[in-house]
Amino acid sequence: MLRIKELVKRYGDEKAVLKNLNLEVPGESVVSIIGASGAGKSTLLRCINRLVEPSSGSIELNGTELTKLEGKSLRLARRRIGMVFQGFNLIERLTVMENVQSGRLGYLPAWRAVSRKYPQEDIDRAFHLMERVGIAHYANKRASELSGGERQRVGVVRALMQEPEILLADEPTASLDPKTSRQIMELLRALASELQLPVLINIHNVNEAKEYTQRIVGMRFGRIIFDGEPVDLSNDAMDEIYAGVPAEERGGAESSTHLREVAAK
Amino acid sequence: MNTTVEKTGRTWKKPPFIANPAIRWALIIGIAAYVWWAITTLPFDWERIQQGIPRAIRIFKGAFPPSFLRGELLFDGFMESIKIAIVSTLLGLALSIPIAFASASNVAPKWLYTIGRGVIIVARSFHPVIVAILFVKAVGFGPLAGILTLTIYSIGFVAKMLAERIEEIDWGQVEAIKAAGGGTFVTMLYAVIPQIMPRQIGLSIYQLDSNLRASAIVGIVGAGGIGSTLLNAFGRYDYDFALAITLCIIGVILVSEAISGRIRRNLW
Repeated sequence: MLRIKELVKRYGDEKAVLKNLNLEVPGESVVSIIGASGAGKSTLLRCINRLVEPSSGSIELNGTELTKLEGKSLRLARRRIGMVFQGFNLIERLTVMENVQSGRLGYLPAWRAVSRKYPQEDIDRAFHLMERVGIAHYANKRASELSGGERQRVGVVRALMQEPEILLADEPTASLDPKTSRQIMELLRALASELQLPVLINIHNVNEAKEYTQRIVGMRFGRIIFDGEPVDLSNDAMDEIYAGVPAEERGGAESSTHLREVAAK
Repeated sequence: MNTTVEKTGRTWKKPPFIANPAIRWALIIGIAAYVWWAITTLPFDWERIQQGIPRAIRIFKGAFPPSFLRGELLFDGFMESIKIAIVSTLLGLALSIPIAFASASNVAPKWLYTIGRGVIIVARSFHPVIVAILFVKAVGFGPLAGILTLTIYSIGFVAKMLAERIEEIDWGQVEAIKAAGGGTFVTMLYAVIPQIMPRQIGLSIYQLDSNLRASAIVGIVGAGGIGSTLLNAFGRYDYDFALAITLCIIGVILVSEAISGRIRRNLW
């Protein structure tokens, strides 16, 4: 269970990106978050695993308050939260296996990480998951040699290697072509039910959101203005979420580079 | 095609490099005035230059043909230079990597960044010859002074270039490892090192090549190697041996540059 209360995020003195946001995600549900660029979707996900520091409010994952954690306890909390990125964020020059095993870095002693002597159990788990998503034969290939869809599968397996209690996916399909994008969404949905894992997906493609998730959260200007089942997402609700955004952008992909730049600061 | 273009009566000239005409002319006149002042005030003594020309001719005459009679001395000098270059490159690289991490603003905290950049600035602020003079005074003539000099020289270059490469890395990879719960050391190891590795290897090979060249020069102020052999040859007016040494230095540097260039090209 993820419980977010009165979450506020403000970059410097600028207007708040997240304004007293409240959200609850009970176990096992796949939730998609939609909204125009700059609505605060990315910031919300990044506040959860603290890649972005929340300004105030509380985020609780299965009883642990995440916003106050520091140092080692923060790392221990992070390894329970898997994340899949828009740009995949694989270590391009390392092999697929090393990338997958990097999901275990929160659990490994440093000497094992340095020497690449991964525990047999982790290697078994890696092969099992890679078989499941169809990339086991790439184990020794460099990540940079893979296609977009294959890379995102590596990204998903890396996140699952953490044995996460929740999976965050920040526009996981925005860098992919429509067909691959549907495959990844299907994969996320299937894995969520197989592993009984709650999944939070930021997504630009409203059709995919409707098709692959059970619950849709609509954000605008740092607030949640819609929260319901896909059937409830009427045209009026869509208009409210995307008011002022040109129609062609509503379904299509766009980058969140700006947000990331702000976040990096 | 035979279209007639309508005359517009407008002309076009490339806009000047410095837009403001006042600044542009002030700069041109200022530079011209300084050059004139510098030439007229520097003490060129034409008489001494005239006397020097026959002396230079005598030296060149004495140098031809180059003498390879003392080949053993030549060989030993080169071996020592190569040793100095290799040891100082390895030492320099080992020290450069932590200093580079400390000097990259995106991974190092502010206080560490200040220290790291300080070390690089100090290492870069003096030419190796000046550093060599200091070390020859401190630890005496010989290869140790050369090794210490070139180690500092290597830090100044490799740490700076590597720090710049670290500042350019794709931060997404770092975020991914952080998000998985990796600690600082492990994050550097998995998310940063693989990204900077090709540059690191290229820099290492370049620096070895560069140190070999520099070791000949710092030898002239007494820091060991072939430079010291050259200095002794000059001191004893053995101009033919000095020319042989010079030719060999050019040969060795050409070969090492060709090898290092080829390796670095194939690496990319």
